[in-house]
Amino acid sequence: MTNVLKVEAVSRSFGDRRVLEDVSFTVEAGRMTGFVGANGAGKTTAMRIMLGVLAADAGEVTWQGVPLTRQLRHRFGYMPEERGLYPKMTISDQIIYLGRLHGLSADAARRNTDALLERLGLGDRAGEQVEKLSLGNQQRVQIAAALVHDPEVLVLDEPFSGLDPLAVDVVVGVLRERAAAGAPVLFSSHQLDVVERLCDDLVIIAGGRIRASGSRTELRAGYALPRFAVEVDTDAGWLRDQPGVTLIDLDGARAVFDLAPGTDDQEVLRAALARGPVRSFGPVTPSLAEIFREVNQ
Amino acid sequence: MTTLAAARLVAAREIRVKLRDKTFLISTAFFLLIAIASTVLPSLLDGGPAKVATTDPTVATALQRAGLEVRPVTTDAEAERLVRDGDVEAAVVAGPTVLGLEEAPGEVVEALSTAPPVRLLDPDATDPFLAFLVPFALAFLFFMTSFTFGLQIAMSVTEEKQTRIVEILVASVPVRALLAGKVAAMTLLAFGQIALIAVVALVGMRIAGVDADVTALVGPTIAWFLPFFLIGFVMLATLWAGVGALAARQEDINGASAPLQLAVMGPFFAVLFLQENAAAMTALSYIPFSSPIAMPVRLFTGDAAGWEPVVSLLVLAVSTVVFLAVGARVYEGSLLRTNGRTSFATAWRSRSTVG
Repeated sequence: MTNVLKVEAVSRSFGDRRVLEDVSFTVEAGRMTGFVGANGAGKTTAMRIMLGVLAADAGEVTWQGVPLTRQLRHRFGYMPEERGLYPKMTISDQIIYLGRLHGLSADAARRNTDALLERLGLGDRAGEQVEKLSLGNQQRVQIAAALVHDPEVLVLDEPFSGLDPLAVDVVVGVLRERAAAGAPVLFSSHQLDVVERLCDDLVIIAGGRIRASGSRTELRAGYALPRFAVEVDTDAGWLRDQPGVTLIDLDGARAVFDLAPGTDDQEVLRAALARGPVRSFGPVTPSLAEIFREVNQ
Repeated sequence: MTTLAAARLVAAREIRVKLRDKTFLISTAFFLLIAIASTVLPSLLDGGPAKVATTDPTVATALQRAGLEVRPVTTDAEAERLVRDGDVEAAVVAGPTVLGLEEAPGEVVEALSTAPPVRLLDPDATDPFLAFLVPFALAFLFFMTSFTFGLQIAMSVTEEKQTRIVEILVASVPVRALLAGKVAAMTLLAFGQIALIAVVALVGMRIAGVDADVTALVGPTIAWFLPFFLIGFVMLATLWAGVGALAARQEDINGASAPLQLAVMGPFFAVLFLQENAAAMTALSYIPFSSPIAMPVRLFTGDAAGWEPVVSLLVLAVSTVVFLAVGARVYEGSLLRTNGRTSFATAWRSRSTVG
């Protein structure tokens, strides 16, 4: 029995429109898993099914090998894409209430709320009504709402949208803490640079199907083309005539090129050294944005 | 956590929010003022028993026995002066003659004369004033309460939808717990408000010294009215919650709830206007939407046999169970559709959430 949140062969249609098609992936304990996909790719539907807000047409979601029940989901923390809080309730009343709905005692709910609001920099605003806060601060309250009951699993739909860079750092800190404490953390985001910076694992969805998933380093290696960049002192135009080399980009002394299968990169390096000093030479790893674009083609 | 425990938390929040809501507090205070005013004010304005001046001690005893206040005077002239000055309402002078200012003081004349014995042929016939007042009061009470509190249930459901908090709630507790909590909270508040008004009115009547007969007459009707009210209110409350879930914004509630508003208003006017029509009243006293008003009225006027309220209550209870299922399904089917108004048919078909 491992601490893994597993989505297994989940499908879901709305009317005739198939939104999820045989979707399977895992979220490992203690790791931050980024969930990326274009608009309408099925991220939100998948997350709603994980939380039991929507029912799946087929397939199931398991935690520690057990199909999810309401009892198990009580230990989940969820931040829906469509944000919402009671505008007229005070921040602390609201968070305490949500904590209690997840089964906390009145005392525990109050303790957790106080600590969490302090941690998120809202300690002195606890008695204010939510509608009086700025949007960024409302977003922080929303994070508190997802974390108040010390969840064992976190599923967050676009947790960073609408946050200023400082708030992103605070929230990232809090989420990393939870992951370090052993919780699986799944978060979706449009901001690929943020995902790239944060995630240990990655799930890429497009058109309702999982196109790629795995650890970030594995994915990068998997999608790494035999592509190299070189910088020399003189013009690098000679690369055009080098056997097995396809020139991608040439800018004077700098060049990016692909190697045909079976061609030795060291051969190319030696050829370069024979022509003069080489300032840099190495493989090019694709950025997440590039992998994403490739997967979506 | 069980559904019941979750429903209790939801209900507790609803009540807490409502008790801090200024509109609710002001309307309760307003109703209380009306209850106090309508029971206590008449007797205050009345100014207590009439004062009568007299020189004759035998007359004085007879007047006192009739509950009048006696001002003993030494001369008839003095008695006449007191009447003219308005210090007393009447005087009894030698003769005996009764002095009044503008009208013959009926109470004084009655106290001094021997009344012939009276035999009533239909002693149970209801006082025509009460016969109008009681049905109107009951119908109005049910109408006002189910309308205002119903509308508030719809608004509180729509608020959760409009602010989008509903997704967090649905992810935490069963949809049924949300619905049950809201209906329970509003039922408690509605009953609390009415009980408070009733207690104030009863105390007011006691202070004002209203006949015990009236209380005894109205008592059984009220006792039947309560279970009808409770079940009828729960039925309508669930439907209001369903209607609230169909609307995506507060502005949509009016349109979405139009049929329900009609179902609440129709019976109220039907009972008021068809009171004299025995056949219509019998029919109304079995139809679920109007029976909470019509059956107690028929019981009050003595037109209903002993078994009738039991059957009618049963019909109401069964239809409440059916409407609970309908309201709950519509509520579940439309709660997460936050874009625009959901049609009844769509809500009915798309029960998408997991229990």
